[in-house]
Amino acid sequence: MNIVIIKYNAGNIESVNNALKRLGVSAEITGDFDKIEAADKVIFPGVGEASTTMAYLKKERLDQLIPQLTQPVLGICLGLQLMCSYSEENDTPCLGIFEEQVKRFIPEPGMEFITKVPHMGWNSICDLKSGIFDSSLEQKYVYFVHSYYAAVGEHTAAVCNYITPFSAALHRDNFYATQFHPEKSGTVGARILENFLKI
Amino acid sequence: MLAKRIIPCLDIKDGQTVKGINFINIQNVGDPVELGALYAEQGADELVFLDITATHEGRKTFVELVRRIAREINIPFTVGGGISELKDADALLSAGADKISINSSAVRNPKLIDDLAKNFGSQFVVLAIDARGENDYWTVTVNGGRIPTDKELFSWAREGESRGAGEILFTSMNHDGTKNGFANKELAKMADMLRIPIIASGGAGNMDHFVEVFTEGKADAGLAASIFHYKEIAIPDLKAYLKGKGIVIR
Repeated sequence: MNIVIIKYNAGNIESVNNALKRLGVSAEITGDFDKIEAADKVIFPGVGEASTTMAYLKKERLDQLIPQLTQPVLGICLGLQLMCSYSEENDTPCLGIFEEQVKRFIPEPGMEFITKVPHMGWNSICDLKSGIFDSSLEQKYVYFVHSYYAAVGEHTAAVCNYITPFSAALHRDNFYATQFHPEKSGTVGARILENFLKI
Repeated sequence: MLAKRIIPCLDIKDGQTVKGINFINIQNVGDPVELGALYAEQGADELVFLDITATHEGRKTFVELVRRIAREINIPFTVGGGISELKDADALLSAGADKISINSSAVRNPKLIDDLAKNFGSQFVVLAIDARGENDYWTVTVNGGRIPTDKELFSWAREGESRGAGEILFTSMNHDGTKNGFANKELAKMADMLRIPIIASGGAGNMDHFVEVFTEGKADAGLAASIFHYKEIAIPDLKAYLKGKGIVIR
């Protein structure tokens, strides 16, 4: 299987590659259009800030390429947010693959404690849909690090609850995305990556 | 709900795990990658690797080690020790570290926190604070608690947060190595004051100490070393115990 991880100005792309290697799969990290288009599976990872990353994607014309891909595509973390229509992070129009909008968590003064932002750590996911999940993963914990979230909408494929219910995963046609980091989510995350590779 | 985290800490010298009572009397407790992978498999939520090697050669060994850890381990990990400028952090990020922790270097040069947060994001920056309390006044210390500084614990923690640290790792030097429980009063005070997660360190001796640190201490994560390394507490037992006490645990 020919797997490509899209190379762009986002942090920690190598950790996704390491996770694939642990599954015995090798991937190529590249920004080359021909290679991305020819891949069986494409992974669009990312840790970073929305507006500078979108500016980079535009400069490289990746903003044109990514929404037109026809093979299974998996966005991770910032990847998910950039696949939405709009992000509140520095008022950034995004790729529009999912109509969902990306908002900032507003910390709520609680009865005993203040809910912290970023949402960082292990949280459980529920209401799972789409091929990257299976019934064994319902209510399992995965690892999140983020201050912005995609609201729950038509394309929500997993829900997580933190301050408010939000989209832990999205799915539309050949596009899949997770707000959490499957590459850092132990055996549960490995299973999700394996499921994606089997689609 | 967001789970409370259990974090084993591995001190590394020349590529090997060590842990000394009160950071002195060092004793070898194994290969870091093997031990880290074992903890991950047992349910550790994160790992911290602290490089206590001082030499330049040792630093290179550590970066290599971080690369190996990133390849083998499937949960997030923080690395610390000897990070005093952006390029040190950059080397560790490229090697695959999810977060870095800074301690003495931030005390000497607080702007390092701003620079790291700006370049790599707050989620990448853990501010580690070692402090010692006397008559309710907590002095920030450096060099493993040996050298007091002119900083006070709570104001330094607040400054760290405002400069862009994503988490605080607070070690009470009064409690470290005692196995009598965490500094819950100070931890709770810090939790009420800050909006970023707090990792509690120093004093873990039994499973009830973790219950206390997550309830009374309001900590987001509990860190310990020797009790895990010497198999005094097994992580699966600890997590089952905490769940039984109604604490949200993965």
